[in-house]
Amino acid sequence: MTKIIVDGAEVDVPAEYTILQACEAAGAEIPRFCFHERLSIAGNCRMCLVEVKGGPPKPVASCAMGVRDLRPGPNGEPPVVMTRSPMVRRAREGVMEFLLINHPLDCPICDQGGECDLQDQAMAYGVSGTRFFENKRAVEDKYIGPLVKTTMTRCIHCTRCVRFVAEVAGAPEIGAIGRGEDMEITTYLESAMSSELQGNVIDLCPVGALTSKPYAFKARPWELSKTESIDVMDALGSAIRVDARGREVMRILPRVNEDVNEEWISDKTRFVWDGLRAQRLDRPYVRENGRLRAASWGEALTLVATRIKTADKTRVGAIVGDLAAVEEMFALKDLLARLGVTNVDARQDGSALDPALGRASYLFNATIAGIDEADAILLIGTNPRLEAPVLNARIRKRWRRGSLRVGLVGERADLTYGAEHIGAGADSLTELVEGKHSFAKALDGAAKPLIIVGAGALARSDGAAVLAAAAKLAAGPGVADGWNGLSVLHSAASRVGALDLGLVPGQGGLTAREMAEAGALDVALLLGADEIDVAPGAFVVYVGAHGDRGAHRADVVLPGAAYVEKTGLYVNTEGRVQLANRATFPPGEGREDWAILRALSEQVGVTLPYDTLAQLRAALFQAYPHMAAVGEIAAGDPADLGRLGAGAGSLSSDAFRNAVTDFYLTNPIARASAIMAEMSALRRGALAEAAE
Amino acid sequence: MLTDRDRIFTNLYGRQDAGLKGALRRGAWDETKFLLEKGKDWIITEMKASGLRGRGGAGFPTGLKWSFMPKPQEGRPHYLVVNADESEPGTCKDREIMRNDPHLLIEGCLIASFAMEANACYIYVRGEYVREREALERAVAEAYEENLIGPDNKHGYPFDLYVHHGAGAYICGEETALLESLEGKKGMPRLKPPFPANMGLYGCPTTVNNVESIAVAGTILRRGGSWFAGLGKPNNTGTKLFSISGHVEKPCNVEEEMGISFRELVERHCGGIRGGWDNLYAVIPGGSSVPVLPEHQCQDLSMDFDTLKNLKTGLGTAAVIVMDKSTDIVRAIARISYFYKHESCGQCTPCREGTGWMWRVLDRMAHGRAEKREIDMLLEVTTQIEGHTICALGDAAAWPVQGLIRHFRHEIEKRIDDYAANPTPPDYAIAAE
Repeated sequence: MTKIIVDGAEVDVPAEYTILQACEAAGAEIPRFCFHERLSIAGNCRMCLVEVKGGPPKPVASCAMGVRDLRPGPNGEPPVVMTRSPMVRRAREGVMEFLLINHPLDCPICDQGGECDLQDQAMAYGVSGTRFFENKRAVEDKYIGPLVKTTMTRCIHCTRCVRFVAEVAGAPEIGAIGRGEDMEITTYLESAMSSELQGNVIDLCPVGALTSKPYAFKARPWELSKTESIDVMDALGSAIRVDARGREVMRILPRVNEDVNEEWISDKTRFVWDGLRAQRLDRPYVRENGRLRAASWGEALTLVATRIKTADKTRVGAIVGDLAAVEEMFALKDLLARLGVTNVDARQDGSALDPALGRASYLFNATIAGIDEADAILLIGTNPRLEAPVLNARIRKRWRRGSLRVGLVGERADLTYGAEHIGAGADSLTELVEGKHSFAKALDGAAKPLIIVGAGALARSDGAAVLAAAAKLAAGPGVADGWNGLSVLHSAASRVGALDLGLVPGQGGLTAREMAEAGALDVALLLGADEIDVAPGAFVVYVGAHGDRGAHRADVVLPGAAYVEKTGLYVNTEGRVQLANRATFPPGEGREDWAILRALSEQVGVTLPYDTLAQLRAALFQAYPHMAAVGEIAAGDPADLGRLGAGAGSLSSDAFRNAVTDFYLTNPIARASAIMAEMSALRRGALAEAAE
Repeated sequence: MLTDRDRIFTNLYGRQDAGLKGALRRGAWDETKFLLEKGKDWIITEMKASGLRGRGGAGFPTGLKWSFMPKPQEGRPHYLVVNADESEPGTCKDREIMRNDPHLLIEGCLIASFAMEANACYIYVRGEYVREREALERAVAEAYEENLIGPDNKHGYPFDLYVHHGAGAYICGEETALLESLEGKKGMPRLKPPFPANMGLYGCPTTVNNVESIAVAGTILRRGGSWFAGLGKPNNTGTKLFSISGHVEKPCNVEEEMGISFRELVERHCGGIRGGWDNLYAVIPGGSSVPVLPEHQCQDLSMDFDTLKNLKTGLGTAAVIVMDKSTDIVRAIARISYFYKHESCGQCTPCREGTGWMWRVLDRMAHGRAEKREIDMLLEVTTQIEGHTICALGDAAAWPVQGLIRHFRHEIEKRIDDYAANPTPPDYAIAAE
């Protein structure tokens, strides 16, 4: 710790702090543009200048100078920093003036208006009026993809975007060309950025140079109601803020959650909101003469109830989709139990995960924050860049710190960091377990080996054997106490919650894939299940928000609520229980999914004993106490891993296939989004071009 | 007045053989092994005793700079980098060294590297210096051939020398931008601290020296620090290459004693001012980045660091730009201002935005299309650039403008008055017809 005097107040800060951090610790506010906690220090905006006593008679950039570089006073007094002296005020005014002389000051037509760092700091630290009467610089706008709109005249050259794509995203496609006042930020050839995290540059840009293209000119920040929520586009459960105006979601922004997404979100999370408006199911439908026709709730529910009541209960089944919240899954489980139905499954992809093996068998046990500590990482049958881009950035962050070997078993991919490709199939996994491959030594020697098993690797006939092999690898000789490296990377937001609730076939029940086969069921209830095709024959009831594959197959459609339209619990891939809040209401006659199931239960004569969400939650928390601890992880028992090996069968030599092939089109909301469709087409085009 | 026997650069004008044979005849590479055997501490002490101040412009004592290198650590090699990116307008001294006396430089590199325990030295040559680089490369090849330098050389100290050719950016003469450029990145200055002595080239301890500072080292050590300290004035010792350009009869490069008077320098070596001393108007004493001095301050001017510093200007690289009364001083400074606007790297705000602003205002002032209150505003803008930037280019851009306003304010005001009296001067009128 080092003592330092900031504006007359002595503070004790760690020696590795920068002056800026020390000043903040002392409660002094330092304006900044280029500095960002999660990016490298550039020191180029010069807004954070402070006066340091004893140094040269000029202000220093507080973001770039360490406290340990300061000289103490002549008699060993702590170094003195002043943030409000006339010199500092003058310097800030000067820098602000320089930033503004070539800035267009087009705030009335700028999308950043109202949440612009330059605007705010000009008010706080600038002078009113101008002395600059020359022509302002104009810069041509660049095309950098369909997501990020550029107005380069507004750019203040802080290079946050350049540093973000180079450091965090690992796709260094933005840079600066030209020098002096002719410096321009560009993607060089004006091609679209390829990163799945590119939307974050919109948040990073302190001015309106990089703004959201789909959101352009749609709303002003002060018109929006802001709801803190949880993302469901992947299984990470990134913290998001949903900004809505009236009934429409206008945009989605990240929130800080150090344990999960730090402050990044993927492009799918950020830009999927236009999918919340398209292809919506806004009223019940009933299939008549091969066509769906609009119906009333009463008619639809009666029809479904009649079908269920008359059907043989062994020929009734339910499949749970990827975006379902815990509440509706709990209600569904309760309903099925009361009906005596055992055919239920949440594993549309045919995953081998089984809650009977213990919670540790299906969680990302190492936790996402644990990636920072891992000293060897093995990826099995997964491409985290597509399955969870934010998690991939976390691996890259760890990799950039050095002394980390990353191995990959499965499809080759550009993961933005150096990963050794060990093999394509499970043979390589056997080699690793038997210690025949050189990477096995890295795992054996690691105190905190991290074995990430993708959803694709488990959705095979030998999925259980893959999981068993992974468990063996995670339990190397050098593993530190309290470290459980076996980590399942789910691709569905509902999956861990469903496994926690035990939404797998009961005694004699059929799995999702068995239910989908021809002749297996008479009545199939799909709770937002769109990733599975139910063979002709069964009477299909679809409860969900979007007219996607499930609704197209359905005989009765019951309109539900999308994730921003209901409050619901989601359990992320680490097993962290998180609460998503309602930002808007479902369109038309859509209802919250649990309420639909509650209404149906009354029709079939097994009324569920809760009339409100609060009552449902009370019942849920009683049955599953860990669901009550929002934000917490109920860790799995490491002893569970030992049981994984038994009866797992043998590995096949088939090559691993990843769970996600098209990042932009993984769920019904994304498939309804025009932005995602454009991105997907763009990516396919880029891949085709690369293949030529 | 420097006597011939005290000259270090005896082939400055290229009248003799620039190759190794000629260099040996002139005394280069003489007893270098003996100098190295005296040890690095002796070398640094002797350099300190000589009072040599860096010849690149800032005038930091060279011996002291060498002593700042940390103790060598495992896995962290030391580097010497020679700054031959001589781009300051008016300066052309290093060019002659590389052309005509390259072996003095190469020998200096070996000695300095030895003193700082560096086994590799990089010479970063300005992009436009194509022939100079060729000359230097020829000399380096000769030195390798004769085993004067190399991994297993005559002097018993493993040493490699690399000549790197820049791409012609002025900013790459700034030491940290030079290191960035040398590493293959964009030439943009780094933040200091950490200073290059701790984190320089490839993150390793590095000293960056000017060509002239390194090239004089061999002779200083051979003849003793006290010899060098005996020349010139206290704290401004030794000899210095002056590059005199502009309105003198015979512009030239010349090695002279520090502290020589401006009058003697011009009279003896340049054949006097064009049109006589009464025709002298202004002098930029140290390359384009230092403030200009008016004629009355130059009559008895002593050319050394401290005197010029007291006159609020600087010796810089000792590139003396002489201007007679035919000069349009406002346009001259406006042109210099354009140069800095053009060469600003664009990294930090005050310089990126401010250099363009200054140039535009000055450009108007050169025509008189300005208002008098803008003079004070311009001065204020220069002080907002000065000291607020990452590197010294901001200062270098601000100083000439400050010098102009300090000494030639009346000239700008006259220009503005003239324009106000007759906003369409004859040439405009002709153009309009």
